[in-house]
Amino acid sequence: MPASTFSMIDIIILQSQSGLPSGILVLTPVILLAATGLILLLIDTIFTEVSSDSLLAGVSAIGSLLAFGITGWFLISGLGQPQTGGAITLYGDALVVDGLSLFFMLIFTIVTTMVAVASYDYISAQQYKAEFYSLILFAATGMALMSMSNSLATAFVSLELASLPSYALVSFLKDDQSSIEAGLKYLLIGALSSAVFVFGISLVYAATGSLLLSDIAKSVAETELIGVLGIGILMIAGGFAFKTASVPFHFWAPEAYEGAPAPISAFLSSASKAAGFAVAFRVFVEAFPLGSLPVGVDWVLAFQVLAVATMTLGNFAAATQETVKRMLAYSSIGHAGYALIGLAALSAGGPNGDVLGASMAHLFVYGFMNTGAFLFIALVEHWGVGRTFEDYNGLVTRAPIAVVAMTVFLFSLAGLPPFGGFVSKYALFYSAIESGFWWLAAVGAVNSALSLFYYSRVIRAMWIESPTQDLSALDSRPIGLYAAVLFAGVGTLILLPAFGPVVETAQTVAAALF
Amino acid sequence: MIIELLIAFTFIAALTIFAVPNRVAGRLAAIASAIPILGSLWMWAQYDATGNALLGGSIAYETDVIWLTLGGLELHWFVGVDGISLPLVVLTTILTMLAIVSAWTPIDERQSQFYGLMLFMEANLLGVFTALDFFVWFIFWEAVLVPMYFLIGVWGGPNRRYAAIKFFVYTNIASLAMFIGFIALVFGLGSSVSSMRLPEITQALRAGSLTAFGGIDAATLKLVAFIAMFVGFAVKVPVAPLHTWLPDAHVEAPTPVSVMLAGVLLKMGTYALLRYNFTMMPDVAIDLVIPIASIAVISVIYGALLALAQQDLKRIIAYSSVSSMGYVILGLIAYTTYGVGGATFQMVAHGLISGLMFMSVGVIYNITHTRMVGDMSGIADRMPVTAGIFIAGAFGYMGLPLMAGFAGEFFIFKGAFASTVHTAMPLFTAAAMFGIVIVAGYLLFAMQRTLFGPFSFDGEYEITTAAMHDIAPLAVLLALVIALGVAPDLFFGMIQEAVTPILTGGGV
Repeated sequence: MPASTFSMIDIIILQSQSGLPSGILVLTPVILLAATGLILLLIDTIFTEVSSDSLLAGVSAIGSLLAFGITGWFLISGLGQPQTGGAITLYGDALVVDGLSLFFMLIFTIVTTMVAVASYDYISAQQYKAEFYSLILFAATGMALMSMSNSLATAFVSLELASLPSYALVSFLKDDQSSIEAGLKYLLIGALSSAVFVFGISLVYAATGSLLLSDIAKSVAETELIGVLGIGILMIAGGFAFKTASVPFHFWAPEAYEGAPAPISAFLSSASKAAGFAVAFRVFVEAFPLGSLPVGVDWVLAFQVLAVATMTLGNFAAATQETVKRMLAYSSIGHAGYALIGLAALSAGGPNGDVLGASMAHLFVYGFMNTGAFLFIALVEHWGVGRTFEDYNGLVTRAPIAVVAMTVFLFSLAGLPPFGGFVSKYALFYSAIESGFWWLAAVGAVNSALSLFYYSRVIRAMWIESPTQDLSALDSRPIGLYAAVLFAGVGTLILLPAFGPVVETAQTVAAALF
Repeated sequence: MIIELLIAFTFIAALTIFAVPNRVAGRLAAIASAIPILGSLWMWAQYDATGNALLGGSIAYETDVIWLTLGGLELHWFVGVDGISLPLVVLTTILTMLAIVSAWTPIDERQSQFYGLMLFMEANLLGVFTALDFFVWFIFWEAVLVPMYFLIGVWGGPNRRYAAIKFFVYTNIASLAMFIGFIALVFGLGSSVSSMRLPEITQALRAGSLTAFGGIDAATLKLVAFIAMFVGFAVKVPVAPLHTWLPDAHVEAPTPVSVMLAGVLLKMGTYALLRYNFTMMPDVAIDLVIPIASIAVISVIYGALLALAQQDLKRIIAYSSVSSMGYVILGLIAYTTYGVGGATFQMVAHGLISGLMFMSVGVIYNITHTRMVGDMSGIADRMPVTAGIFIAGAFGYMGLPLMAGFAGEFFIFKGAFASTVHTAMPLFTAAAMFGIVIVAGYLLFAMQRTLFGPFSFDGEYEITTAAMHDIAPLAVLLALVIALGVAPDLFFGMIQEAVTPILTGGGV
């Protein structure tokens, strides 16, 4: 083949297969995220005198947006997918670049961009801004690596890389008691679940003799230590439950999301949750394939229980909250339950790519609507309006555009047409029925209908009730927060007509796993 | 292409109006809403399709592009109109503009949001009447509820929160029932359909391609789905005993919103009943003729009796809508050209007449700030033009010949008497005709007490004639009611062509 017919992507793929420096181009988005984090620290050491708010926020946003663009280009041009030679593994199979990891990196990078833009106003009165932005980008790097982990060892290390900056970020408001408390609680439960997770890994290693997902898959069928393997798998599932804020390791989430700065709540509840799902999808589908598991090790059943428990608990708890942020925190737990359907509705030989892909597409839409909702809270906190439902009374009279965006997020989260959340939930429940799990879809649909109750409380307060306090602070228009909220709003709307390519890509890359 | 243009224009207009200052919003919205009228009239003038869109007839202004594929089932952006939907599209565009103009006086706060939501609702209503893919249709159907919730909840009367949430919850639960019923049918059809396009599903159902699904045999599945969808749509219509949200919503809603609610939103229910239950599953409908005809007759009589007992003018008209919608159901179940065609015609006629009645009450309320029959008398003395139009509209409601209401009801009765679906149909029709007597009773009674007799008014407001821009929409509506009464063929020809295939094809 003459060299001139090679496209950029071919060169990148070839380069990843040749020797040194091995595969560096395939990892461009990850490296970009990490490099942006380092540049931010560098900027901080150089410009010590001048206020560099916009520079820091701008560099973070541009870095993550660039990573988003490159990831999208890789995904569209088929890098790591069957049409260009399949998944690219690197560093002794420790990392893998394929459709699944690229799809999830799209979610992390776009959420990071929105959070960085919104933080420009939100933390303008704080110290240590450079550290704040660089911690966000390091956490995003960890998430990207989580989605690429092809061995339990890299899964664990990248999970810690994503978690450690998050602990610091949650307690970033050092003068705020609840922020510190939330950070501590998050750290303690995180440490506990990390221990459980790594212990689970050691048990799986004991049973199978490998940490690489593909090698584990080969030896699970023959292992004689079925009990050890089963407990190991269960403990690994526990580690993912922490990261995705699912039952039974969900109880840190309301505290952490409520106490954390609101952009960080958005970041954790959208990107961090998606990262947990990325690694959970890969580990369970690749390492413990359904067809070859020994009898008695049925992780699908475990996820069915977790999915039903998570969505029901999240929804009912959300209905009883007094503050909007905490309500959204519980709703975020509920949404983890919906996304778990992606694992709970799998079966040997079923249309698994469809349901797993639908779950990924839901997480993609969720990345916009949930981030947007939390960023609206950030906007309200920035204005100094209170936290309860009553404090939101009459907001529409002063800030109609932002309130319309928030209305879009909430209706979309509730799964009401005509927004992205409707069609993504529909795709999820539909593919669950298709896989034969109509009862999972029914539980999801009932929960979804109930969720309208608590989302509409916010909408009623904002639109229908009369203001109970002086809202003159709302006349300020913080540009970063507004831009981020409106971007998320437009995204949530566009994802209704544009859902086709999203779900089709997701289902194609998910089907490649099986 | 014209349909997409109309919907897109209305959406963009809604967004624009939302952002303009309050004081110009009403005027701008009225101008913007004139464009869809021109578009829909052009569609009506150039209409050249024949037959029923769902049963293989030609579809006017059709667009069919694939939107996405989900589990082997395609979802299409598929829109177009036939003789059933086009009259309703015209009705929607005209009534929206008139409602917007009639809102200039009563709506005195947050105008840009109000008019933006009205136009947003119009865009979705146009979608409901033109969509021919179930999924697209359902999105528009649900999206109509959102602006309606705000319009009642924000600009409504003292009890508006309760009324808005009652409306929202009632209709959402109904939609869920209907959605589940329909999706069960799609799963039951299995591989005999490849998309959610309504024509494909209708023809597969009428060809008997339904199979068992989830352990339920085909006949039971069809019956359960029919009932789920019937109940889902019946809430919207509404028929007794599912009507209890309607009086609350109407009484609390501001007048222009009542006009849209009675004039167009109720027609969504009857339109969907015709499109889904009665076109797709005529065999089940005919099996259930006794319960359905009973529901129709009970709605007619019970709604009229409830109207007779009210003191609030708006409540009177709200309950009488229940009664009028009962006629529509009776016409549909008759399964004759005049029955089904008359029911479709009555949807348009009732949309215009009930709009006229609500607007007249609204104009009187703007001046007197009361709607109670006992609070005023002899208003005709001070507001002769409004009173004159109100009286004309009331006679239209009673079915005075040469007005649209007469044509609609006459067609329905003619069709229902001749119906052969059940030997008892003439009896049901005869019973329903008593409704006319009661209608005349409560309307004449209310008019006599409020409009005629010596002038007396307890309130502190001065009674003067209404503004020109309040009277103008009334006059336009009255002219349309008379035009359709004199020349029903403006719409009835295309309606007849579209309903005939429902009666002849397939299982009947």
